[in-house]
Amino acid sequence: MRNLTYAQAIREAHAQLLRSDPRVFLLGQGLWSPWYAGGTLQDLELEFGRARVIDSPVSENATTGAAVGAAMAGMRPIVFHPRMDFMLLAVDPIVNQAANWSYLFAGQVGVPVVIRASVNRGGEQGAQHSQAVHAMFMHVPGLKVVMPSTPHDAKGMLISAVRDGNPVLYIDDRWLYGEVGAVPEEMYSVPIGPAVVRTSGSDATVVATSYMAREAVAAAAELRPRGIGVEVVDLRSLRPLDHETVVTSVRKTGRLVTADGGWLTGGVGAEVAAIVASEAFESLRSPVVRVALPDVPAPTSRALEQAYYPAARHIVAAVEKAVKST
Amino acid sequence: MVRIRLAEERVADMVEAGEIRTPCHLYIGQEAIAAGICAAVSREDYVWGGHRSHGHYLAKGGSLRQMIAELLGKATGCSGGRGGSMHLVAPEVGILGTVPLVAATIPLAVGAGLATKLNGDGRVSVSFFGDGAAEEGHFHESLNLAAVYRLPVVFVCENNLYSSHLHILERRGADNIRDAGVVHSVPGITVDGNDASAVLEAGRDAVARARAGDGPTLLECRTYRWRGHVGPAWDMDVGVKRRDELAAWIAADPIKRMGERLLAAGVTEQELQAVAEAARAEIDEAVEFGRASPYPEASDLERHVFRDRDA
Repeated sequence: MRNLTYAQAIREAHAQLLRSDPRVFLLGQGLWSPWYAGGTLQDLELEFGRARVIDSPVSENATTGAAVGAAMAGMRPIVFHPRMDFMLLAVDPIVNQAANWSYLFAGQVGVPVVIRASVNRGGEQGAQHSQAVHAMFMHVPGLKVVMPSTPHDAKGMLISAVRDGNPVLYIDDRWLYGEVGAVPEEMYSVPIGPAVVRTSGSDATVVATSYMAREAVAAAAELRPRGIGVEVVDLRSLRPLDHETVVTSVRKTGRLVTADGGWLTGGVGAEVAAIVASEAFESLRSPVVRVALPDVPAPTSRALEQAYYPAARHIVAAVEKAVKST
Repeated sequence: MVRIRLAEERVADMVEAGEIRTPCHLYIGQEAIAAGICAAVSREDYVWGGHRSHGHYLAKGGSLRQMIAELLGKATGCSGGRGGSMHLVAPEVGILGTVPLVAATIPLAVGAGLATKLNGDGRVSVSFFGDGAAEEGHFHESLNLAAVYRLPVVFVCENNLYSSHLHILERRGADNIRDAGVVHSVPGITVDGNDASAVLEAGRDAVARARAGDGPTLLECRTYRWRGHVGPAWDMDVGVKRRDELAAWIAADPIKRMGERLLAAGVTEQELQAVAEAARAEIDEAVEFGRASPYPEASDLERHVFRDRDA
């Protein structure tokens, strides 16, 4: 099997979806730009035409609402927000409209829309071009939220999202765009819901999301020679969230570390800790440790960024803390 | 128009009697707009609405008995008891949902227009909204989006002069919603919203433009609601001052005006009464249907959060 980067895998998923389903179209900012989408949409408008690959006015609310309305009318739109921060101008169509629609109307009208947002950390871009607000959206019933961490999942989960028939928030991370991995050439889907165990171990479970899953795998490799076996559970899907895989792993290891690239308070780690406390409390041999962004907006200066973003070394320290405190 | 008026008067009575508890925003006084526009489109065309959409739903062909059942919170309601008055749906006649977040369905209507343009099915998408919605960013972004892609959308602003209790001149620098169309390159037309024939004519022109690929139109239909922002009371919003203003608008009752026109054209008083009698009989039957229908099962609370069948 050939290797692709994460960005190439996203682009290939888009191309295959556009080619195979006339209902699919793309709408959003930066689609015709040579750089805005980081190569994930490169030249798609040349193959599929500007009528279906639509670079839009700076109107996040209306473009997202239009994607939602087009989905209700039978299309399969993917609306793109090149910085997740920008998507916050479109919370009404996502949360009030798309996520409520099926329930409000007893399933009579579906909203098969994909809202794609890129987390654009680092690069001294600061508090309005770097935010990772996925935890706000995993709170919403009626909205599926996925965060693939590998090229394989990036392609397969986008295809699943478009085929799902429900509103799906698909979140990728610019820090993963250069990751290389095996990606099948054919169309395939990675189901929305199940988490995946990336490394096996018996001393601690690290439940991680998106780029922190990559960091967790690196942390596990660092700890293995020291005799600490880490089981990395890559959630991939925040809603639905795979309780079973998380709880099964913690029952085996007795320790839980969470690793997420969003803010600490009210974050993914808090939900995972609550699930484990509710369903596997008796298995815990040490307090839960959460690795996350501090409750601080994203800074710009590289010196502050260095202190701000968690990485593998923070996960290593968290696992060591959990193991020592038993 | 008569059917909408009589149905809502019955709904008002049922609200006062405590039988209907879902908040009802009555359309009484504005019927000519829904009737005129919905007569200008076909069954397959899309119609979008907001919190005050009983009239849109009925004029487009939604089932009266399912609407009454929905207002009563029954399982047989159009939204299965999950929507109430502010969330009506009738996909079989192009109503994919009406919802009360002000202006929320305007971009959805643009999206349906975009779908139509992409799949070539020839439908038109009509967005009904009030004057308050013209203050939302949704409205301006949507006008621009429909203009730049020349989408088959008809924006119908029902300007009843009040957003809840606030008069339009307490909310904007001038009473000039039509001009918003002009600055977004969308033809803006002012229509007497209490004249069903005028609304029908303006609607037909806008729909013809949309079907011809000439893009969107903004119709500002001037009208007035007779009851409060929500509920059946006549003067709860702004008191006596509004009562004086209301008298002039009641004199311009769209149903009375249409009746006079029909009588002058040779329709008989008996024929007009027969229309009302038929509507009353249908309403009686719908109320009985709603009352006799079961409530949703509590065990169904979590159904439909996600749609289990492919759309």
